[in-house]
Amino acid sequence: MSEAPGFRVEVVSPERVVFSGETTQIITRTIGGGEIAFLPGHTSFLGALTENHTRVWLSDGTIMNLAIHGGFVEVSDNVVTLLSDGAELGSEIDIERARRALERAEELTRTENSTEVEASLRRAHARLAAAGGLAGVNAGH
Amino acid sequence: MAGGQERILRGRIRSVQATKKITRAMELIAGSRIVKAQQRVAAAVPYSEKITDVVKHLSAGGAVGNSPFLAGRPEVKTTCYVAITADRGLCGGYNTGVLRATEGEIKADLAAGKNYIVVPVGRKAEGYLRFRGYNLGQGFAGFSDAPGHSNAAEIGKYVVDLFLTGQVDKVELVYTRFVSAGTQEVVLRPLVPLGGDLTAAQADDHGAAEAGGDYEYEPDPEGILDTLLPRYVEARVYAALLNAAASEHAFRQRAMKSATDNAEELIKNLSRTMNRARQDSITTEIMEIVGGAEALSSGEDAIVISSVFGMENPFVSSDRV
Repeated sequence: MSEAPGFRVEVVSPERVVFSGETTQIITRTIGGGEIAFLPGHTSFLGALTENHTRVWLSDGTIMNLAIHGGFVEVSDNVVTLLSDGAELGSEIDIERARRALERAEELTRTENSTEVEASLRRAHARLAAAGGLAGVNAGH
Repeated sequence: MAGGQERILRGRIRSVQATKKITRAMELIAGSRIVKAQQRVAAAVPYSEKITDVVKHLSAGGAVGNSPFLAGRPEVKTTCYVAITADRGLCGGYNTGVLRATEGEIKADLAAGKNYIVVPVGRKAEGYLRFRGYNLGQGFAGFSDAPGHSNAAEIGKYVVDLFLTGQVDKVELVYTRFVSAGTQEVVLRPLVPLGGDLTAAQADDHGAAEAGGDYEYEPDPEGILDTLLPRYVEARVYAALLNAAASEHAFRQRAMKSATDNAEELIKNLSRTMNRARQDSITTEIMEIVGGAEALSSGEDAIVISSVFGMENPFVSSDRV
């Protein structure tokens, strides 16, 4: 892209606009498609998201971490919109709580196997990753 | 007698004053909650606009196919009404408005030989409709004054399930739309199938879609649509719940304001009656005192005379002895 080096990103949950601003790169994860990165000038894109740890590179070089609990991503006209049922900023997440939730979810997966349990595990994982507390638990996911 | 009536009136005034305090407090609380509820309605707008855009883009891209979700079923045999009311009363005509509209729709359906099922949202809807023996689905309650998205998700999931399993062919929302703090209206809005507004969207969005170019999809358009449409329904239900909550507070504030005004009026009338009664009793008392004094003073002469005689009596008697 010749003009602007960055593009707009909007993270919207049903209850509020979680984040809105300029960015240079976004990495998120779609259902079945693995991680996907968006750079300026990405073609129009529509994807369904899984529970994941989304990273947004802000214009000032810092990386913002978000836990996205499912939803959609739409890219059109250099605007990326993340629509999520539940989106949390990494800075708003309580690491201790997230760690306990992950342990609980892992405990559950040992005893029963359902899509709900798996989803809760992925949610807990995404939350902890976004909070930056994952390194100590299991580094190589 | 007169004093007794005054005491009764004083008691009534005190009780009305206590009630007035409560209604005044409820009025103020409802008033402050309207603002909050309005903000939540506004905060939910971006999401529902965006998700509508996505659905439009998807349908404009021709990805829609023939999903019953969008096109609807050829014959509508059973309609599901989601009636959104409050959990509590004391909000004027708020609950009755919604329930009357729902009943009207049901009667029309029955007259046309169709079936219905009502999903009551809010305790008042459930109580009212169950008592009258209507055909109810699962009820949802306990969140009418501050609904969260998870509440909407539950309701959305339930009605989508009803629709997809073929138990109902149409879902409609009955709720009170919040137009402004002064105006709210009971509305009936189709929820599923989504046909109407989206085919219209398809028509007017065609140009935009061509200009915007083709979309890439991941996974595939059908897969996205399958997860997207329930979310869209949830967003619609959530918007309706928030509107209903804001309306509930507005209705409650108005009802409580008029209750407070009525209480003031009542207190005024009662204190007038009480003052009159007190005045009457004072007048009576004065009359009694005056009458008594008069009786005394006329009697006093006699007493004076008698005492004079009394004074003299010993002498007289002593004289006589």
